[in-house]
Amino acid sequence: MADPLIIFDCVSRYYRVGDEAVKALDKVSLRLDVGEFVSVVGPSGSGKSTFMNLCGCLDTPTSGRVMIDGVDMAGMNDDQAAELRNAKLGFVFQQFNLLPRTSALDNVALPLLYAGCNRRARHQAAAQALDQVGLGDRVKHQPSQLSGGQQQRVAIARALVNKPILLLADEPTGALDTSTGAEIMALFQDLNDSGISIILVTHEAEVAEAAKRRLAFRDGKLLHDEALKQVRINHQETRIV
Amino acid sequence: MNLTESVLVALTALRTNLMRSTLTMLGIIIGVAAVITMVAMGAGAQKKIDDQIAALGTNLFMIMPGYGRDHGARTSKVRLSEDDARAIKNQVPDVVAVAPTIRGMAQVVLGNLNWSTVVQGVDGDYLIARNWAIVDGREFEPREVEGGAKVVLVGATVAKELFGEAEAVGQTIRVNRIPMKVVGVLDAKGQTGFGQDQDDLIMVPIDTARTRLLGEAGGVAKAVQVIMVSVRDAWMMEDVEAQITDILRARHRLQPGQEDTFRVRNMSEMVETRAEASRVFNMLLAAVASVSLVVGGIGIMNIMLVSVTERTREIGLRRAVGAKSRDILVQFLIEAITLCTLGGIIGVLLAVGISVGAAAIAGWSFELQWQVVVLAVLFSAVIGVFFGYYPARRAARQDPIEALRYE
Repeated sequence: MADPLIIFDCVSRYYRVGDEAVKALDKVSLRLDVGEFVSVVGPSGSGKSTFMNLCGCLDTPTSGRVMIDGVDMAGMNDDQAAELRNAKLGFVFQQFNLLPRTSALDNVALPLLYAGCNRRARHQAAAQALDQVGLGDRVKHQPSQLSGGQQQRVAIARALVNKPILLLADEPTGALDTSTGAEIMALFQDLNDSGISIILVTHEAEVAEAAKRRLAFRDGKLLHDEALKQVRINHQETRIV
Repeated sequence: MNLTESVLVALTALRTNLMRSTLTMLGIIIGVAAVITMVAMGAGAQKKIDDQIAALGTNLFMIMPGYGRDHGARTSKVRLSEDDARAIKNQVPDVVAVAPTIRGMAQVVLGNLNWSTVVQGVDGDYLIARNWAIVDGREFEPREVEGGAKVVLVGATVAKELFGEAEAVGQTIRVNRIPMKVVGVLDAKGQTGFGQDQDDLIMVPIDTARTRLLGEAGGVAKAVQVIMVSVRDAWMMEDVEAQITDILRARHRLQPGQEDTFRVRNMSEMVETRAEASRVFNMLLAAVASVSLVVGGIGIMNIMLVSVTERTREIGLRRAVGAKSRDILVQFLIEAITLCTLGGIIGVLLAVGISVGAAAIAGWSFELQWQVVVLAVLFSAVIGVFFGYYPARRAARQDPIEALRYE
């Protein structure tokens, strides 16, 4: 059995909206292991974003226990959470969230700035990460000079640059057309093959099926948790498009 | 993240929004330039006044005749005489020079050149009292003063008008048709605080002036218009003034309770009053300029707030990839400080330009003080901290989840 990566133990997260307490996540318990590729599905308001935020050390549970790579989040302050994100996690967003008017290289190098690496080490690692996502020749380009798919690749390179153990992707194909989305999914599969765990939020069924395991949330509860027969995406084919 | 990295990040952020950064800095640039220019101008004016005080002669009293009173009615002017001056000189130990003078107008002719100027009848003490140097030739000799010799010292303006570049000393000029020998040329003193040319004059021995040029004034023998008294040290002024008053009251046979028939004026005090007024005015100007600096700071704050709002997602992203809230605070704070400090430095350069330019073109005097320059740059940095802190804190306190979701 693989090592546990994330453990949720009866985790709830409530928000106060006016006088009402909204149960964004309601007594969820689960375990994710190292090397997994999990897709998270559910309608909006189902709690999947809250789940992601908790996995990403951006939020803390109202009750219950969240362990990430053996560390209990309850004992962590803001700075320690930031350090954990910096050292072990990588984020990919729907809207890419690249810094405008900043070269791909500098965008990718950003997390290392907060890791305290020197400039040379940052640029070296960033160039390597861009190579990894197939953008070794776009180092100097600014986001505005790149296509949507390329921008998302830059964002993925940024998530990879600190050699994370877990990638958190929030609707990474949401802003892309189908074929570009498929390219990105193929890239995720490759990355997962190389040993990086991935949690991916999506509302597209095909995208969800690219994962090895699917979590379905509804009304703050974990509705289904099923293993999938992973659909491999033939990126050789899609890359030609 | 170390400080150098933070500064680099801030500079990059400012460069990506060059137009906005420049416009924001403009407020600080103008503020700093205004403050420094105003202070430099004030210091220039101050220096001019100080020079005037120095030119006037230091620790100087002017004793002028006043009006007598007889049973409440104002009588004619009671004149001062050379004897009064001599009495002061003999009886007050702390005076350096006592110079009785009379003054009038005279026509000076050299060949076909004709110049109307002030003629001042002086004795040997006058140049000492006025702290006035001879640049060419010599002073009057005591026997020339006593004998009422036909010798003359010419002021710089007169020398220039009559002789141009030529040698003046040894020449003979006609003063009110009386030929007199030029024995010396006076150093240039420039204008008085009231805009008079102090160098447009000639000096002759006081007897010569009285007997040959201006005529005897009635009332008293050897009458003089003004007696100048130079005192050894500034702190003695009050004491000496009292002694002078006592001597003159006794000499003029004034009863206790009777008003003085003369006036004793402290010259440097008069100029000091003017200096004080100009100091107040300068402070006012500097205050107004400082207000513009503060307004510039508010501009910085405004732009920083806009920038924080605009870059909410960037902040969220930075937090997600591992920036601590302190990193964000420092980043935005440094952006504000950099804007202000850079603006301050450019403002200093601008102020130097304005000062040098205005000095060259308009002939204004500026005294650029490096203390003020350093202070202005430091102050603008402080403004950066002050007005940058609130927006930076706002940025740092943003919830990363909210920030990432911000549209």
